[in-house]
Amino acid sequence: MILLRLVQLFFASIGKSAIGLLRAIGRIAIFTAETVSHLFRPPWYPVELGQQLLRIGYFSLPVVGLTALFTGGALALQIYAGGARFNAETVVPSIVAIGIVRELGPVLGGLMVAGRVSSSIAAEIGTMRVTEQIDALTTLSTNPMKYLVLPRVVAATLAMPVLVLVADIIGIMGGYLVSTARLDFNAGNYIRNTLDFLEPGDVTSGLVKAAAFGFLLALMGCYHGYNSGRGARGVGQATTNAVVSASILILAANYVLTEVFF
Amino acid sequence: MAAVPKIELTGVRKAFGDNQVLAGVSLSVMPGESLVIIGGSGTGKSVTLKCILGIITPDSGEIRIDGQPIGSIDRRAFLRSFGMLFQGGALFDSLPVWQNVAFRLRQARKPMPRRAARDLAIGKLARVGLGHETADLYPAELSGGMQKRVGLARAIATDPKVIFFDEPTAGLDPIMAGVINDLIRELVTEMGATAITITHDMTTVRTVADQVAMLHGGIVRWHGPVSGIEASGDPYLDQFIHGRAEGPIAAVR
Repeated sequence: MILLRLVQLFFASIGKSAIGLLRAIGRIAIFTAETVSHLFRPPWYPVELGQQLLRIGYFSLPVVGLTALFTGGALALQIYAGGARFNAETVVPSIVAIGIVRELGPVLGGLMVAGRVSSSIAAEIGTMRVTEQIDALTTLSTNPMKYLVLPRVVAATLAMPVLVLVADIIGIMGGYLVSTARLDFNAGNYIRNTLDFLEPGDVTSGLVKAAAFGFLLALMGCYHGYNSGRGARGVGQATTNAVVSASILILAANYVLTEVFF
Repeated sequence: MAAVPKIELTGVRKAFGDNQVLAGVSLSVMPGESLVIIGGSGTGKSVTLKCILGIITPDSGEIRIDGQPIGSIDRRAFLRSFGMLFQGGALFDSLPVWQNVAFRLRQARKPMPRRAARDLAIGKLARVGLGHETADLYPAELSGGMQKRVGLARAIATDPKVIFFDEPTAGLDPIMAGVINDLIRELVTEMGATAITITHDMTTVRTVADQVAMLHGGIVRWHGPVSGIEASGDPYLDQFIHGRAEGPIAAVR
């Protein structure tokens, strides 16, 4: 009897988790559809969009730039160490370029911006939820989805490709600096090799990934903030959930998009 | 022909999980009337307001505005003639005071020009006893009482026909509470607006109310003119207005 009860409890807990997951997916899907639908229905709030472009895009430049710079440098050293094992040290410029542009620029940029922006969006909107500012928006004839969510999602989707383009350049520069200063590469040859090897498709695939990651990280910040629980604990939980879910979705989307562009 | 209530609730029910907050609330407010809803914490006063506003959807029951079911009215038009003072003020942290007050005017389909909106906001701030120097401050730079008054200025910015006040004096000292109560009474009388106020504060009840409704156990326990609350004969209302620990309302809930 006890064994049967334990088996029942085991399957019940799996079923409960599965239903909870499906429910969460459903809620996020509805939230996403509602957000996107507002893109085609006025009124829009261009001032809010401009502010969010500045906040999400411009103010994320230092963190994205530094991440790319150090990653590019470390990548050059690792590729040199690996390449030296079969006398292929000359591949450093091309592998650094392709690694940064196709993969590390968008993914690390996305993760860093998720840490900075998703958390900030979730905390801000969550606090607005807890302090009834979202209800106040409704009573002031302003749709919170249009005023709060859409500008943030659009701004992140537009800003991320630009951020990643900058990250690509800085990342390649990091590899260049380390290769020329530390590994005795010729500066002119390094740049020529990089430019010869890169194809437009490498860059555009990275930028498409960046736009998708921007959409996801802002959407997760908005979703968790909008549905934040009560009090400081609720807002803290929303912030954590936003960063974790945005990071996981970025990594999952990265695999899917890599398959698409493969 | 009998006058049509401005707002009418019939058998409104709302549960959150197993918690049946509203168990058939029925009440009505006539045009130009000031109704104060009283009741203990967690008796569904705020939920009632949010149901009227459409922020929360009731499980069952009917809400009518000007005799029309709430589902069939132009909600945007209703909200345009509506103002609300929230318990904590609910001011937008990222905007200076004057932009909070003029928010609806600036975000309208035809936005009011910046200078005109600012002048109007300063006029409304003066109406609630705040000088023009507060206009450019941010909400975080104001005291609790000042935030409440800014919230009040925002609620009356468009001269609404319906105003809700959620705990207007909560967290204020007695003098500031008196100022806010007098302001609300003045505004409601001057503007001829229909008002619903939620409060625990009996001074607010006596200053602001034409009618009083007491919520308890998810229903309207008592509803009548403010002059009748002392001699209502209802043990629940009697215990509440005199703040007694002994009585039919359990002190520990």
